[in-house]
Formats: sequence, C-alpha cells, structure tokens
Amino acid sequence: MTIRTLITAGTLAALSATTALADVKVGMITTLSGGGAGLGIDVRDGFMLAVEQSGRDDIEVIIEDDQRKPDVAVQLADRMIQSEQVDILTGIVWSNLAMAVVPSAVAQGKFYLSPNAGPSALAGRGCDPNYFNIAWQNDNLHEAAGAYANDAGYTNSFILAPNYPAGQDALMGYKRMYDGELGGEIYTQLGQTDYAAEIAQIRASDADSVFFFLPGGMGISFLKQYADSGVDLPVVGPAFSFDQGILQAVGAAALGVHNTSQWSKDLDNPTNIAFVESFQAEFGRLPSLYASQGFDTANLMISAMEVADVDDQDAFRAALEAADFDSTRGDFAFGPNHHPVQDIHVRKVVQEGDVFTNVIVATALTDHADAYAAECQF
Amino acid sequence: MSMILLIEQVLNGLQFGVMLFVMAAGLTLVFGVMGLINLAHGSLYMIGAFAAATVAGMTGSFLLALAASLAAAAAAGAIVEVVVIRRLYARDHLDQVLATFALILIFSEGTRWLFGSFPLFLDVPDWLRGPVSLPGGILYPAYRLAIIGVGLAVALGLWALIARTRLGIRIRAGESDREMIAALGVDISKLYTLVFALGAALAGLAGALVGAIQSVQVGMGEPVMILAFVVIVIGGIGSIKGALVASLLVGVTDTLGGVLLPVAFAQIMQPSNAMLVGSALASMLIYILMAVVLVVRPSGLYGARA
Amino acid sequence: MIAEKHLNWLISAVLLAVPVAAWLAGEVYTVTLATRVAVLALAGVGLNLALGSGGLVSLGHAAFFGAGGYAMGILASHAQSYQPLMEWPFLIEGTKSMPVIWLVAIASGAISALAIGVLSLRTSGVYFIMITLAFGQMFYYFAISWPAYGGEDGLSIYVRNGFPGLDTLQPIQFFALCYALLIVALVLCARINASPFGLALNAVRQSAQRVETVGLSPLRLRLTAFVLSGAITALAGALFADLNRFVSPTMFSWQTSGEIMVFVILGGVGRLYGPVIGAAVFIMLEHWLGGVSEYWQLFLGVLLLGVVLFARGGLIGVFARRRVGHG
Repeated sequence: MTIRTLITAGTLAALSATTALADVKVGMITTLSGGGAGLGIDVRDGFMLAVEQSGRDDIEVIIEDDQRKPDVAVQLADRMIQSEQVDILTGIVWSNLAMAVVPSAVAQGKFYLSPNAGPSALAGRGCDPNYFNIAWQNDNLHEAAGAYANDAGYTNSFILAPNYPAGQDALMGYKRMYDGELGGEIYTQLGQTDYAAEIAQIRASDADSVFFFLPGGMGISFLKQYADSGVDLPVVGPAFSFDQGILQAVGAAALGVHNTSQWSKDLDNPTNIAFVESFQAEFGRLPSLYASQGFDTANLMISAMEVADVDDQDAFRAALEAADFDSTRGDFAFGPNHHPVQDIHVRKVVQEGDVFTNVIVATALTDHADAYAAECQF
Repeated sequence: MSMILLIEQVLNGLQFGVMLFVMAAGLTLVFGVMGLINLAHGSLYMIGAFAAATVAGMTGSFLLALAASLAAAAAAGAIVEVVVIRRLYARDHLDQVLATFALILIFSEGTRWLFGSFPLFLDVPDWLRGPVSLPGGILYPAYRLAIIGVGLAVALGLWALIARTRLGIRIRAGESDREMIAALGVDISKLYTLVFALGAALAGLAGALVGAIQSVQVGMGEPVMILAFVVIVIGGIGSIKGALVASLLVGVTDTLGGVLLPVAFAQIMQPSNAMLVGSALASMLIYILMAVVLVVRPSGLYGARA
Repeated sequence: MIAEKHLNWLISAVLLAVPVAAWLAGEVYTVTLATRVAVLALAGVGLNLALGSGGLVSLGHAAFFGAGGYAMGILASHAQSYQPLMEWPFLIEGTKSMPVIWLVAIASGAISALAIGVLSLRTSGVYFIMITLAFGQMFYYFAISWPAYGGEDGLSIYVRNGFPGLDTLQPIQFFALCYALLIVALVLCARINASPFGLALNAVRQSAQRVETVGLSPLRLRLTAFVLSGAITALAGALFADLNRFVSPTMFSWQTSGEIMVFVILGGVGRLYGPVIGAAVFIMLEHWLGGVSEYWQLFLGVLLLGVVLFARGGLIGVFARRRVGHG
C-alpha cells in the first residue's frame, strides 16, 4: 500500500519559521496487512497524528506495507533510499525485520528511528550513531517483570516463551532481574495455539507465579486457556499480550493480570492526556502502546527539525540526542547507545464499562537503561 | 514426571487429535469422493470461527454461535464448490493446488477487509467454564472434555452416515466409480456440492470450537490446514478410518513430543541446551513421523491406491 | 500469435533492456525490481524442470531456495565475523566470494534434493505433493529454532558479496550477474529438454510403465531431474539472499514454495520461459496493485484463479502457438 501524505495545513507563520530548512522526507515501513497488522496500523496512526498536530507542511511521509516479510521490508527500504531519497526511515514493528533493514539503511547514511523493535544486536556491538530507538531495548519490559516479581514476593516462577531469539531474550531479561528460583522453564513453538501441555506442566509444578512472553495471537490463546484451566497462580508478563488492541479479544481472562510497560493511557502528564483524548477523537478507539510509541517517534523527529537541518547530519543527530520533546511517558532521555533511559511501570488489567484496559499500579524500574549500552562504541 | 501429569498430557494429545480429525474428515472425504486436493480447507475453518465470534457477540449464545459456524462454513463451501471447485475435478492436482491457493488469498484478505485486522473475541460458554475432577484426582478443563466428546460424536456420526444411509451409499459408490453412479441416474453434481458443503461445515465447526480457546484471527486456518494434510496423508488419503487413527497419532505424538523430548535430552546434555534442542526437534516431530510412514507405506496407513 | 521461440527472444530482450534504460535514466529502483524478477525467475526455472518436464509437483522447493540462501548467509556471516566455520578436522573459513558461495549453494541444494528425493519419489500424486510440503516444513521449523544462525531473526549480511572484476554494490552490475545466470540456466534447461535424458524424462511423465519396459529406471530419471531442479533453485536462493543482504526462515516457508509454483503456472507449465514471464508479472502486480489497495492480495488471488480456470497453458500459452509435437 502506498499513501503519500503531503502535509499542507501549515500556517504562514510556521512556513516562514522553517523556510531556511529543507523539507524532510520520511519513509515509513510497517505492517499493515496480514497477522500483525494491528500493531503497524497503531504505529502509523500515532505517528501521523503527531505530524498533523505539529501543523508543519515540510514533512512528507511515505507509508508502505512490509506484510511482516523481511525480504519485502528490504525491498521497500531499497526503494525508499534509491528511488524516493528519503532522509529518515521509521516504522518497523518486528525485530527480525529491523535486523534486515536497519544495518544497511544506516550504512547508507540514513537516520533510522525505531518506534517498536529493539534487538540487542543494535543496542550493543552493532549500534550506530544514526540509529535511535524511541520504544525500548527488547529486554527492558521483561527485566521490569523480573523486578516486579521480586517486589511482589514471588520466589518460584514458571517461565515460558516461544523458541526464537526474541523469546530467548525475554527469558534471559526476566532472569537478569529476578532473584528467586525457577519452578520451570519452557520454550514453546513459535505460532503455537494450544497450550494445554504447558498449562498441565505449570499445574504439576510447585511454582508460585507464571511469567510468559507470547506476543499476538499466541498470548490470546494462552490466557484464555489458562483462565479456563483452574490454575490460579498469579501471572506476570510484558505489555505486549495485554495491549489495547488485543485485550478485547482476550476478554475477562486477562482481568487482574499484572504487566509491565513504559506507557499506559492513565499516565498523568499533560502530553499523554492530550494524546489519549485526541487519538480517541481522531480514530474512535483507545490508543495502544504502539500508538504512543509512534506518536513519540514523530514528536522526537519534529523536535530535532525545530533546531537543525536534516541535511546537516551532525547537527540533526545532536538535536535527536537531546530528546527535547514532550513525551507521552513524561521523562524521556537517551542513553549513550541511543536507546531510552526511562521508567517502566506495572499495569493491571481492569474493566471500565464494556472496555478492558490497563491502569498503573506501581513502578518496577526507575530510569532504567539497557544491559548492552557498555558494548556500544560509535 | 508424575503419572497424573502424563495422563493429563495424553488427554491433551487426544483432544488435539480429535480436533484435527474434525478438520481432516472433510478434507479426506472430498479427496476420496471427488479426487480434489483443497488447500483452502483452512479458510473454511477460519470462516466458522469468525461466524461464531460474530453471532456470539450479537446474541451471547454459544450454541447459536456453533450453529452459525456450521451454516456459514457450509454455505461458503457450497458457493465455492459451485463457482470454482467443480471446474477443477477434471484437472490435475497441480491446477487444484494453485486454484485453492488463490482461494486462500481471496478468503484471508476478504475476511480482513470485512472484519479488520484485530483479533475477534469468542469465549467458552459459562456452563463449560473451569475444570472438572476426573477419577485419579486429575483436574481437566470441562470445555476440552466437551471437545473430545463432540469430536467422537462427529466420528460416530460420519460412520453412521457413510455406512447406514442412502447418501452414504452414494458417497461410497462415488469413491469407487463415479462414471457408473452418474450413469445410474444419481445427480452427481448435487452429490458433490453436498459432500463439499459437509466437509466445509465440519471445518467451520472445528474453527468455532477451537476459536473459543484460541485467538480468532485472519490466517488462523493455515497451520491447522497443514496439520490436517499431514493427518490425511499419514492415514491414507480418502480413508475416514485412517484419518481418525492418524489424527490421534499426530495429536498424541505432537503433545507428548513437546513435553518429553526436552526431558529426554536433559539426560544427555546441559538443561538449557536440552531445552532448545528438544523444542526444535519436537516442532519437527510430526513431519518426521509423516516422512517415516510414507517411506514405509507410500500410500499411508489405510490408503487404497499406490 | 507468434512462435514461442520468438516470444522467448523478445522476453529476454525486454528483461535486459528495461533495467539498462532505467539505469541510464537514474531510476535505480527499477533495476532492483528487475534483479528480483531475474532471481525469482531462476528459482522458477529450477522448479519448472521438476514440475514441467518431470511432472513432479513439489510443494517443498522452498527447502532448496532456503538452503541456498543459508549457504550464502552462513559463509558470509563467518567471513564477516572472521570466525572459521570449523577448525577440525580441517579448517573451513567463511567467504565473501560469490563464485564460491554459488558452488556451495548448488551443492547444498543438490544434496538436500537428493535426500528428499530418495525418500519422496517412492510416493506419487498427492502423497508426493504433501511429503515435499512436509520436508519443507521440517527445514522451516529447524531454521526457526536453531539459534546459532539467528533463528527467526535471520542473518544480516552488511555488505553484498563480491565477484572478481565487478562492483556488485552497483545495482546494474549485480543485475547483469543475475541475468547472466538466468540465461545460462535457461540454455541449460533447453539443452536438457532436447537431450536423450530430457526426452526420457518427458516419456516418464507421460507413462512410467512404458519407459520401464525399454529398460530405463523411472525413479533414477526423476531423481536426477529433482536434484538438478533443487540445485538451480538453491542457486536462486543464494542470489536472493545477496539481493536482500539478508536470509531468514521465511525463505523456507510453504508460502515461498507456493509463490515459486505460482511463477511457473502463471507463465505456463513446461514452457521454457514460463517462470520468467510469471515472475515478471507477479513482481509487477505486487508493485502496482500494492500501490492501489491495501488488500492487493485479494486481487492477486482473483487473477490467479482466472489464469488457472480460463487460461490453461499460462500467459505464454495465451500469446504463443503451442509447440508442434508436444501435448
């Protein structure tokens, strides 16, 4: 899908303030069709909302669908760099697609602003001065879940994740912060939809809590089956399985579950309140984590455009590093490897009227940076 | 590993296998009678789940939702048979594979166009919620027991249909010699539409039943479709009995393999490596099973032709 | 209607002329698209040898495509990290040299095809379709859960591999390489079809018993065709990986097998240039329909259905006369 959005709603004053600076061309590669389309649509909508609210007419965004296929994403990146000559790339939701696109994009001198994926390879040894992650490093939310498990007094966790790199990182991230014993550790199959065997193992173990990382449909299936199994150990997980987009599909099975996130719709700061309100007004649904990340990504970019010309790479990079924008998360800063240093909260799933959503109940980690920053040398 | 856990896992394998059977029965029937290989069978499964989720959302009744899944999938099956599939009976398998591959694209994107990209909600009904105690102190979800029951009832019903009814006689006749029964005055095209709709309805039912404990989303049918093909190939294409035996075999192998392989490998290597190697091998296990069966018996366990 | 031979010349000329013209006009992306067409066409040419000439409906060619891709990925990643592949019993280093990678890809494709073929060719018909699908899935799940080479994340190769005397980073030069390999494969297939082996293979497809009675082994003929087919598809896999500078288990997925088959059927089964025109039309549709609608795969499905139902013989069959003495 191709949507060319040329923002032309700017006022004369805005125009005169920016005439000295060149137009910025943004290439957004994200997932708009197939299984994971909900995430990409949220990233896109959040991003475009911020662009629209800025009232600037010097941002051109080219949006393309990667179908969640790495080779398609690479092809789109080639087109955007070779044919459209974009200045900035953004939008990718999945780590494996990011690994396919980001290294060669930054090697060709483009900026990449990640609104979701944060693979460890790009945070550590494979970091790049032109790569900025506005969401989190992949391990962060799992680390927070481990920290929360300690706070909640859990000493014997049963942990499970799919058998693929992000799943292995998830369990490692949890164990990095968690101090207790493991009641069990299972790798499930990627795309698995039936968790009866795993739930039986949880039941047979002497664990006092369950941590799981099962993104998308896998998490929906697990939670429904877990709720129906009669096992009533407390469940902890990263926000991905409890996000606004899929909570309605999980339903009451998710009620009361604690999950970790750097953002929540009830975070009390003026930017967030305005964001939630305007997103709902514009799209008729509650924003998700991904929408907030898309929104922050666009605002970071716009904040850099205020002070620097994108063609002056050093100045623009310095402006991005300063992260001088109002984030929906409140405080936001970059670490030395251009990944966020931020608070990560614990949310609980509640029902508000007909809608299932999250409220913040605690803060798991404060000013948390990722574990790979030390390996990064620009 | 305790005995109770092992029994529970065997039950899980059985439940998975029974569900696969409901999927595979239609597939193998359609192949047996019409000689058609239908890759889009998984799409009918998805249609059943979406119909059930929609009706359950509107009426709140799970039984109505199940009825809707049967009706919607049967209707979709009948329409597809009349518009597309019947042109394929005389074609070779290659054309059938390709045309039904195209149908998958049409169904998946069409469903996404109608229902959007977010998963739908479908839940277990209240009267089947929670676990029940089985003899020996095993706690097992009531809903999964119900699935096993429904699957066995479908197997029994199919057997009765084929062995005891006039329609069954025609189906069996169609399997052995389609020109002859046409010559004997049976309206063969109506029979084909009926058989295809029956297979579709079963797939839709499976989709709705599974949708209540899994995620109802676009693309949910394809992994199951591949497993159903594995089942009918192991059982021998066209054989309902073979499909039943093979689906239970696949269900139990897959479930127990996932549980036992990591444990087995832990005896000979480090736990974390055993976990990875065991899970990797477990995910390939049923395909290995299929390859072994086909190497030993090239036309499956109960296959008629070579 | 024109003769198929003339149509083939025309297709070769257009596939060469378009990217060269685009290159001169500064439309670099068109060159990339044309490269994609050439590489995917090569994969289709491989499948066509099994499917069209041998009558072997393989729904598992992604296994060979992926094997070639991973041959490139593994060799190049070891060269990238300066860690030898193995040190014992003898030293094997990674490499960034395309000719070496191609040979390894061809060998790995041939070996996998030999192993899969020996087991699968005992079956026929639907059983063959399904057992090849099962082997493809086996490779797929193995690639996903084996962490050493990236698992589901795949492997990124930061710089395209080199070819002596060429600058492969220049899109037009890399296109020239892929195009040359495609033409070589096409010539090879034409030779094979006309050779005694090709004629015997053709006879096996039509009636295995008859071939057996003249003392030839159908199994051996089919296996040879299958191995050649796998080797060509694996070479395409290595090129595809180099085009994207990336390999992932997606290359092993059954949808990839399906797409390669779509190229062949869209163009016309058993037609020498069928996969070329099929891949070209597929890529153009993806490019144009994708620009029109978010649901472009819906239209692709309808079109594909139309071709299967109403245009037997594929697109080449629509435009060219049927060859004499075949059919």
